[in-house]
Amino acid sequence: MKEEIPILRKAEEFLQIFRKGEEFTKSLLKENERLRFRVAELEEELAQSTNESRIKNYKERIRMLEAEIASMKDRFNEVERENKDFAKRYIEVEEENNNLANLYVASYQLHSTLDYEEVLKIVLEIIINLIGAEVFAILLVDEKNNRLIPVAAEGMDKDSIPEMEIDSGLIGEVVTEGEGYFSDEMVRLKEIDPRNPIVCIPLKIKEHVIGVIAFYSFLIQKTSFSSIDYELFNLLAGHAATAIFSSRLYTQSERKLSTIQGFLELLRDKPGK
Amino acid sequence: MPNILVVEDSPTMRQLISFAMRRVPNSRVIESTDGVDALKKLSNEKIDIILADINMPVMDGLKLVSLIRNNDAFKEIPIIIITTEGAEEDRKRALALGADDYLPKPIQTQQLVKMVKDYLGIKA
Repeated sequence: MKEEIPILRKAEEFLQIFRKGEEFTKSLLKENERLRFRVAELEEELAQSTNESRIKNYKERIRMLEAEIASMKDRFNEVERENKDFAKRYIEVEEENNNLANLYVASYQLHSTLDYEEVLKIVLEIIINLIGAEVFAILLVDEKNNRLIPVAAEGMDKDSIPEMEIDSGLIGEVVTEGEGYFSDEMVRLKEIDPRNPIVCIPLKIKEHVIGVIAFYSFLIQKTSFSSIDYELFNLLAGHAATAIFSSRLYTQSERKLSTIQGFLELLRDKPGK
Repeated sequence: MPNILVVEDSPTMRQLISFAMRRVPNSRVIESTDGVDALKKLSNEKIDIILADINMPVMDGLKLVSLIRNNDAFKEIPIIIITTEGAEEDRKRALALGADDYLPKPIQTQQLVKMVKDYLGIKA
């Protein structure tokens, strides 16, 4: 009986230890369960927080891209505007370039000769081809007699134009004032009155008027004046005047020179005979 | 290198057209003062396009167009008429004779340059 008691005690002790082990295991299992649950919770939280941050990032990126698109659209519109401006400017420069070419050619031709008749022919050519006039005349001032003398005409007989007083009528006014006359409309009169042109420009050397160009009719396709026409009128007013004046003087002096040379030859021949 | 034949009796217009043709890349301008002279130039040179006036001495532009269109060697060459005659019937007459285009004076040189480039197949 005495031997049984220690065995029972030991068994009881073992049982207790076992029970403690059981309790510990149970508590460990419980703790494990709790931790698993917590891990699952945290994982879910983490997953949720990642999605939100991604969405946030995406939203931010979309906002930035939208801002970039808007800025690019603005830049595109700006470049398009600039392009249109350049295209417009290009057309203007090209037009200006053409006008300058016209003026250069006209000026070059006017000063290409000292022959009076040839200069008059060139003035007529410029007026027909570059301005588009159909009927017109060039009248020069005869200062000795205070009259305007027709020296060349196109589309009408030069002899049908009367000599005119320089101080009366529309043409006389252009001579005395030194300012061009432009009628309000480019009227095509059926009957041409040489004293009433639709455009009349003075031929001037500085402020001195040496004559006029009187326009009576323009080509059928010429319906209005462009800026280059006014430039050409100005060019003709100055350059044509100088060219006509200098070529006339040159031709006269050539003629006088040959007359004087003739006289000198006569004088030289006389003593020998 | 395209050869452009300018047939025009007025030196001013010849110079103006030749000046404008500088804007046709690599082109060479050959000048003629009337239709007869133009036919001689056509026989001696390879011409790619003709720019001709109507009112000229010796042989006018319309006669020139008609002769060119009846000649197998030259009939394919494009011809642009540049003239003071601006009436619609003049235009129709020139086109009926075989001219390809008709430009009344005073000309806008940029329009002429564009026309010539188009006929020569040169991109602007």
